[in-house]
Amino acid sequence: MSFGFTLALIGAALATILAGIGSAWGVGKGGQAAAGVVSEDPAQFAKVLILQLLPGTQGIYGLLVTFITLSKIGLLGGSPADISTQQGWCILAACLPIALVGLISAYHQGKTSVASIGIVAKKPDQFGKAMLFPAMVETYAILALLVSILAISNINV
Amino acid sequence: MAIVEMRKLSIYSTKKHRKSILEFLQDIEAMEIDAIDSGDIPFEKMDTAGERIRFQKIADEFDHVIELLGQYDKEKRKALINLENTLISRDEYKEIEKNRRKYYSKAKDVLELEKKIFESKATITRKENKIATLSPWSKLDIPLNSEKTKCTRIFIGTFPESLTEEQLYAIATKGLEEPIPVTAEILYNENQITNVCVIATNRVADQVEENMRSCGYSKLPFLSHRVPIKAMEKRQNDIVIEKKAIADAEEQLATFVEYIPKFKIAADYFRTRSEKYRVLGTIPQSDNVFFIQGWVEKEQAEGIAKTLEEKFDAVVEIEQDDENAPIKLKNNHFSESSEGVLESYGLPTHGRVDPTFVMSIFYVFFFGMMLSDAGYGIIMSIACAIVLKKFPRMASGTNKMLRLFFWCGLSTAFWGFMFGGFFGDAIDVVAHTFFGVPETTAVLKPLWFAPLDNPMRLLIWCMLFGIIHLYAGLGMKGYEYLKNKDIVGFISDVIAWYLFLTGLIFMLLPTQIFASIAQMTFNFPGWFNTLAKVMTIVGMVTIILMSGRANKNWGLRIALGAYDIYGVTGWLSDVLSYSRLLALGLATGVIASVINSMATMQGNTPLGVVIFILVFVLGHTLNIAINLLGAYVHTNRLQYVEFFGKFYDAGGEPFRPFKTNNKYIEIKED
Repeated sequence: MSFGFTLALIGAALATILAGIGSAWGVGKGGQAAAGVVSEDPAQFAKVLILQLLPGTQGIYGLLVTFITLSKIGLLGGSPADISTQQGWCILAACLPIALVGLISAYHQGKTSVASIGIVAKKPDQFGKAMLFPAMVETYAILALLVSILAISNINV
Repeated sequence: MAIVEMRKLSIYSTKKHRKSILEFLQDIEAMEIDAIDSGDIPFEKMDTAGERIRFQKIADEFDHVIELLGQYDKEKRKALINLENTLISRDEYKEIEKNRRKYYSKAKDVLELEKKIFESKATITRKENKIATLSPWSKLDIPLNSEKTKCTRIFIGTFPESLTEEQLYAIATKGLEEPIPVTAEILYNENQITNVCVIATNRVADQVEENMRSCGYSKLPFLSHRVPIKAMEKRQNDIVIEKKAIADAEEQLATFVEYIPKFKIAADYFRTRSEKYRVLGTIPQSDNVFFIQGWVEKEQAEGIAKTLEEKFDAVVEIEQDDENAPIKLKNNHFSESSEGVLESYGLPTHGRVDPTFVMSIFYVFFFGMMLSDAGYGIIMSIACAIVLKKFPRMASGTNKMLRLFFWCGLSTAFWGFMFGGFFGDAIDVVAHTFFGVPETTAVLKPLWFAPLDNPMRLLIWCMLFGIIHLYAGLGMKGYEYLKNKDIVGFISDVIAWYLFLTGLIFMLLPTQIFASIAQMTFNFPGWFNTLAKVMTIVGMVTIILMSGRANKNWGLRIALGAYDIYGVTGWLSDVLSYSRLLALGLATGVIASVINSMATMQGNTPLGVVIFILVFVLGHTLNIAINLLGAYVHTNRLQYVEFFGKFYDAGGEPFRPFKTNNKYIEIKED
């Protein structure tokens, strides 16, 4: 296996690793706040669970990019493609948007989710608005995901 | 798409009809009662807080009893979820009303039994704690409070360190001469605590006590006057007795299970009564007359007024007051389902437009694009349809939500077939793995195209859908201007933007940049390019000149207009935001195919089939759950931020009619 192939694999791994770390952090924070609300008012379980899960999507976006990359470099099909060093760097770079933005946006989305869970605790009927604040943060993860996907699918291998 | 017109109803009547009028209003559930400030009329309000709280408390007690008895209900509930109240007849309700005291005393009996169980449990805990404190002394075969015999003294106590029998003996007998009349025994030794029993003759007792004290000995405080084993046995017996008491009480509780349905009716009866007293406390009354004010739908106003006048000798006045009227929406059967989405953002105010109809179409469309898997969509729709069918009388909010998801499911299925997704690429994968179809033949072909093959193409489409959505939002604003006959506003705030933006888009399409991004080339005839430029310029000039028209100062007006042109960047980011349609759609499809390829890893063997089924079911369940959540949240966002941002202000008060607050029952009218 060439050095380029290794680089591409590092990129693929980073997408899942970093975005996954961010999501784990965000969902973890959200879960702590949600558990607190449920201990007082179990009826809010479904609502706070949704809010807790919102920062979880970055991890999935990371997985998505990893999967596309792995199938691009032929690791999944069992016949690894011949990747030059330059192509390897390109694929690594293409993975970075979702890796880095996923990490940081999930971190902040987690914090926003905690605040929104606070809204639900005090005013359960304001769930629609509470849900919107974390969703705003996610926009940037979606943009990063899009750039990563477009870049990877347009690199010629 | 409309806001229901409301009329303000003022009802005056004599007090003798007060009860029947209130009951009538509560029964028809069509009037919201306003709390009136009685400051400027010489009427008093009754203080009903006491009754209201008392009835609420009784209702809460019934609720508690019902929940408690539920644990003893041997017949497990048939359905896991119950979304609707039990239907009962008017007669059953009357019977409960008549015998409410009897049922309340039964509920009290249940609470009494519960209290007994609590007390017994507390006693058991206390006894167990006592046993736990006694058990380190259990080796002792004399009463725990023994201090002396005729010729000896007995020391029972504790050292705060770990000691062996020899060490203890050495400590106790330090400085004593042979023969030493002392026995020392270790009763318990753990965790740096040593419980001891030392016996010494009176002659040396003082010396022994002094020796031990200097090494940290402390005497055991009073625990029991019995031998430890006996004391523990007694507690054990007490525990057995208490346990028996609990079992008896539980057995008795179980006999009350048959009353659960009656208790449910009684709980709702008291809840309704409490609500009646709440309203009674808000209406002004004098010695002989009283006054109710509130809101009803315009359609019903005449009918209700007539009934009140004929049946209860009331004087009723109907007024129009759109400023303060509460908001109720009325939509067709399809759009009604998305009213909940609008409600959670905030209702419109009177005189504004109700966007539910337009929103519902886009909502279902976008939701389908984001989830975009035929299998998932079909599952969603079927599940919603079954629940809707099974519980026809469920609460209206839940009903609307399920209906919305039913439609969204259909849309998801539609987009799934368009993009060739049915549980991801399940059909192809199964065909290739288990039925020997060659890898190169695609079985389920997309009706349109597969997004992963050409994401750029779909991205452009997403943005086009976005532009249509945003234009619809701007159109709603225009509709409001026209409704209010504000032609200047319509032209300068709506038409001008349409011209400006459309012109910009048509100028962008033939450029090199767009061609390289979209891999599409547009060649417009020359006159069309000129037209685009003219549209842009006319639109821009109109915006610059007109958008600050509230200002008299022309300099400021132009500056404000120029600033408004800057708003075009907002439009750009709004349009880009629709790229989530593509991203979320890809997410569903790609993860689904990851699941499928994991499921088929074992190949076409019997074990492979089992693993396939397991992984397939688990994986896709998870994927549905996660992507359903994503699609729901982001469809809401597109409506709330992008669409509503163009024209909509919330702030309407929802219509909350005075009604029976039933938690368990629904009365069937004969």
